[in-house]
Amino acid sequence: MTTLTAKDKQTVKAFWAKVSGKSEDIGAAAVARMLVVYPQTKTYFSHWQDQSPNSPAARKHGKTVMMGVGDAVTKIDDLKEGLKELSELHAFTLRVDPANFKILSHNILVVMAVMFPTDFTPDVHVSLDKFLAAVSLALAEKYR
Amino acid sequence: MLAVLQLLADCLTIVVAAQLGNKFTGEVQAAFQKFLAVVVSSLGRHHKMVEWTDFERDTIQDIFSRIEYDVVGPAALARCLVVYPWTQRYFGGFGNLYNAAAIKGNPMVSKHGTTILHGLERAVKNMDDIKNTYTELSVLHSEKLHVDPDNFKLLADCLTIVVAAQLGNEFTGEVQAAFQKFLAVVVSSLGRQYH
Repeated sequence: MTTLTAKDKQTVKAFWAKVSGKSEDIGAAAVARMLVVYPQTKTYFSHWQDQSPNSPAARKHGKTVMMGVGDAVTKIDDLKEGLKELSELHAFTLRVDPANFKILSHNILVVMAVMFPTDFTPDVHVSLDKFLAAVSLALAEKYR
Repeated sequence: MLAVLQLLADCLTIVVAAQLGNKFTGEVQAAFQKFLAVVVSSLGRHHKMVEWTDFERDTIQDIFSRIEYDVVGPAALARCLVVYPWTQRYFGGFGNLYNAAAIKGNPMVSKHGTTILHGLERAVKNMDDIKNTYTELSVLHSEKLHVDPDNFKLLADCLTIVVAAQLGNEFTGEVQAAFQKFLAVVVSSLGRQYH
């Protein structure tokens, strides 16, 4: 399910090149949506004073997440190895239930549709969906 | 079939998002996805979620009258902490959870496992109103304990495995279906008060 073809990788890299300039906005919007649409995800941010979707903490977190996604694009040929440290962080320190990777991925896709309606074609969608699934798998690698 | 409906719903969400652009706010998305979830669920179901057949009632009462709470509860929780180790995040104060043996022998884990089973008993005794029975517990898990409700599913799966081991061949497919339906209602009720 998660083997990325050469075409997938090319598509993801090309699309990322187009949108990465807005990566902070994308991340902030995706995290904000996640907190609103899936309120159970707020359980991971009880340490934030302000858990509202557009708070500085939420925006900052969106930026962090998208920097990770951007980094993953550069490591697209070996995500398991490339995301090893991030996986260890998520596995041993953050311990985010991996079901949430799917949730955040979905919201990233929604934001892409909102912000880039003409570029986010079905072909781009499928490759990006596969990519985010592969990233999620690599992030969960060290969990057990 | 249900899975396909969910995929279609996801694509519809993406397309509507592209159409509406910035008007498709988080709040709008939440409402739209809730609507689609109800549609998908209604299309996929052949029975109403909280109507119980006589067989289902009898099965749940029977299982809970036979299992030992202070055996099954601790075993289920311990299994959850081992099989899904990220769940340990909620038990930082429990001491040694270093490996399966430590988890199994941990008295705080045992005590909490038993507590959980006694909590389930409330639903067993109120099968026709599990939703309201768990309102307070749901709020507690959301607002005080900050537990990701996905964990309820994980624990439910472990409980199914432990009960299966206890009942052996008596844990037929039909019995399993009834047990899992019961746990699904419990899990859903516990997740209701997350806002």
